[in-house]
Amino acid sequence: MFEEMKKDVKVSEHEYRYIGKHGNRADADDIVSGRQQYIDDLVMPGMLIVRVLRSPYPNAMIRSINIEKARALPGVIGVCSYKEAPDWKCGLPNHRRVLDQHVRFTGDSVALVAAESIEIADEALELIEVEYEPLPFVLDCEEALEPGAPQLYEEYPGNEIPKVTPFSEEPFNQIFVGNPEEAFKESKYVSDAYMKYENMAHPLPPESPGCIAQWTGPHAVTVWYNGGAPHLQKFNTEASIPGVAVRVIACHAGGSYGSKQLIPHMILQAILMAKITGRTCKFIMDRTEHLLSYELRQGSRIRGRVGMTEDGIVNAVEGMWYTDSGMSSTYAQAMTAVGLGECQAFLGKCKNWALDTKLVATNHSSQAPIRGFGGQECKSVLVPMVCNTIREAGMDPLEVFKKNFVKDGDRYIWRDNLWWDVRSIDYTRAFEESAKVFGWKDKWKGWEKPYWVSEDGRFARGVGVGVHGNADIGEDPTEGMVKLHPFGSVTLELCVGETGGAQRFAVQKMVAEIMKVPLDGVQVVDPDTHGTGYDAGMIGSRGTITMGTTAVRAAKDARRKLLELASVKLNINVDELDTEDFLVFSVRHPEKRLPWIAICGTPEMTIIGSAKYKQNFDKPNFALYLADVEVNLMTGEARLIHALEGSDVGQIIDPINIRMQAEGSFGSAGGDTGLFEEMVMDKKIGRFMNGNMIDYKWRTFNEFPPFDTVLLESEFDTEAFHALGFGEITPSPAPAAILMAVSNAIGHVITEYPCSPTIVLRAMGKIK
Amino acid sequence: MNDVIKRVNITINGKLRRFIISDDEGCVAPSETLLDTLRDKLGLTAAKRSCEHGACGCCTVIVDGEAVASCMLLTADCDGSSVTTLEGLCDPVTGELSPLQRAFADNSAFQCGYCTPGIIMSTRALLDKNPNPTEEELTEALSGNYCRCISHYQVIRTVMGFIHQINGEAV
Repeated sequence: MFEEMKKDVKVSEHEYRYIGKHGNRADADDIVSGRQQYIDDLVMPGMLIVRVLRSPYPNAMIRSINIEKARALPGVIGVCSYKEAPDWKCGLPNHRRVLDQHVRFTGDSVALVAAESIEIADEALELIEVEYEPLPFVLDCEEALEPGAPQLYEEYPGNEIPKVTPFSEEPFNQIFVGNPEEAFKESKYVSDAYMKYENMAHPLPPESPGCIAQWTGPHAVTVWYNGGAPHLQKFNTEASIPGVAVRVIACHAGGSYGSKQLIPHMILQAILMAKITGRTCKFIMDRTEHLLSYELRQGSRIRGRVGMTEDGIVNAVEGMWYTDSGMSSTYAQAMTAVGLGECQAFLGKCKNWALDTKLVATNHSSQAPIRGFGGQECKSVLVPMVCNTIREAGMDPLEVFKKNFVKDGDRYIWRDNLWWDVRSIDYTRAFEESAKVFGWKDKWKGWEKPYWVSEDGRFARGVGVGVHGNADIGEDPTEGMVKLHPFGSVTLELCVGETGGAQRFAVQKMVAEIMKVPLDGVQVVDPDTHGTGYDAGMIGSRGTITMGTTAVRAAKDARRKLLELASVKLNINVDELDTEDFLVFSVRHPEKRLPWIAICGTPEMTIIGSAKYKQNFDKPNFALYLADVEVNLMTGEARLIHALEGSDVGQIIDPINIRMQAEGSFGSAGGDTGLFEEMVMDKKIGRFMNGNMIDYKWRTFNEFPPFDTVLLESEFDTEAFHALGFGEITPSPAPAAILMAVSNAIGHVITEYPCSPTIVLRAMGKIK
Repeated sequence: MNDVIKRVNITINGKLRRFIISDDEGCVAPSETLLDTLRDKLGLTAAKRSCEHGACGCCTVIVDGEAVASCMLLTADCDGSSVTTLEGLCDPVTGELSPLQRAFADNSAFQCGYCTPGIIMSTRALLDKNPNPTEEELTEALSGNYCRCISHYQVIRTVMGFIHQINGEAV
């Protein structure tokens, strides 16, 4: 594999210093030496440890609770049950109490303990006496909508969570455009479908979610947490505790994949215990809690039909998309809104839609944003639904996807409920180059047809394709500043957390490129809401365009101010000046030069460039996933033997980092949810059964197949060096591609995830 | 009184460390793992807490030449052992990175970096025993190391390149 993989990555053809070339991340030496601090490495004077007593029932009312024995244990400083807890709530809209009498899933919070050590806190949990009244529970999203189903929230009768979003006054939660009825009549091919993607898979970052809360005044609290969106977390927490100013500092995160960007409930619990004890409180989930009590990838189910013309244009879609939010919605309405936008990017030529949604509460742990943010959930059911119609037509799915994917000049409604005209992008070449490298034409033999069967008939191979695009790469405003210091250094004040995607490094490179200074001459400030302007943070793939554009604009503003000052001192027209390595010089007469200190020295001191970015949804990104699987027809075991991820990213910022983002399609409850990843629920008792990393299946180092990437650079019209963000979406098309590949290998359609031996053998009719 | 004070001596990153095993304050409890001792008693935080089941390898250190999950080893059972953590690979005086660490840094063979200490220690233990492993031997040696960002391919590229380099072969 090494021989195949060591081929050089593509290097930009521009004469950039840093853009398009690999460089060492600023945190590289700290990471490989163990000096990099994560939240569990932080210790503060007098800090207490918070632990949680959790519900053994999926739905129950606490009839009595006694915390006195726990409170009396030496070393215990504070204990809290729902009786003592304030009415702080989180969720969208705020509905999940910090502690509640009604516990709504196995693992829900019953009481909190803050103690001097984790051992004491755990001992105290065992001393809390609780009497529960177990209640009937519901785990299936359609059953939850039926009359008589157990009700999770009094305020949400029927278990439907209100369709509100923070993006627009009228939430975007359905697409009703054109005339689907007429369009279906005009369609040559029409097919119904009912698909489920309900693995409830776990993003499982190696570092569990965690936070530290410290009150600094009666109405001021500081929170450290290991997500990458401090301003969004601040906004979220201040909405839960009115009148309190919340400062949020993001620690370097040990992975997130979206799952730790907001940890509202944990943070409220840490703040509460810090309030009760008057001490700094740290709350980090252990791995079992993380697996059994934390947020999972949301369930997704679609029932509908798709119409397609004779020439392969999808021209009518109708149906109901159910999303199972579990016991709470952190932000699920936003995921629905984004998912609907992504449907239109996928089917960019379709003018007739009647696609509605329902967001449903059920009695398992909360389902929340995870890499893909509704896109993977949506595509894993929508792509197979569309494929039912393509199958009826007997067409090649890759050709149909290519024809239908949105292009410059098409339109869609995005999450802000506004129409957007698509500009500047066309992914046709990325489709074609990827297909060529993969050998798609040779391996596509038709629907439910393997391209290879072993001589003994025991093994068969098939290929599949999935596609995805997301315009949220331009989401949310960003404010930033670039400061030029007299002795020759640059500070970028932008609230960029680090969760693994090297986004801090990317904006550092962009500023260094514009200022033409050494890379380590640019320092990015720590992600702290007190020292930076608003930024939604490292959510999705927004960083490249939003933070990148802000950094570029601020750097250009600072550069302009520097050159204007130099122009006066050198008596040279500003257009004839340039700056490099902390010197300003005449382009025509380079011997006429001044160091920065001679320009911005006392009394000016610091030159400040500032910038703001407003959101824009006119450019969706793109990911094509091609899967090649081999199935043991005797045992039903399916394995991926080769995969390829293709895209056009406009401009590569760092060739190694972007390739790793593509390879990341296996992780974060991504591609492997097509094959084996899932949380296994015992439906009789409403409890997950694989809450540890031995029983939860994950791919080990020696199980990775050959993986290719095709990353084109078409230099799109963006201010961030013509680049688009891409990393978030790499897993999104993978499960549907794998499902198709397994179906083709075995010669039977599979409609469930993951393609475990049981499901494969059932589809083949070998077991019931 | 029948109390016998149990002491354990462990060489950690080349320095002899002595611990008293007891439930008393300031001592190492009989149930304390090597991971907790390293992190909480000695401030050696490179080894990470993660699964605490011995499944993920984020806490990997080298004990008497073997890569082990320090969350599965009791400090009380390590008497006489020699332990190396990621911090111990750096030059003890200058802090300079070892060549293997330098290769990981220069090739960005990580993303979030949480699993990286364990991956480097498993690699180091393999190379100490087998300086010229095949790719299959490398991935087998790393099969107990979890990485969710999926830096696997870049780790393999980096380590195989490093092996070729130190063995004087063209990379």
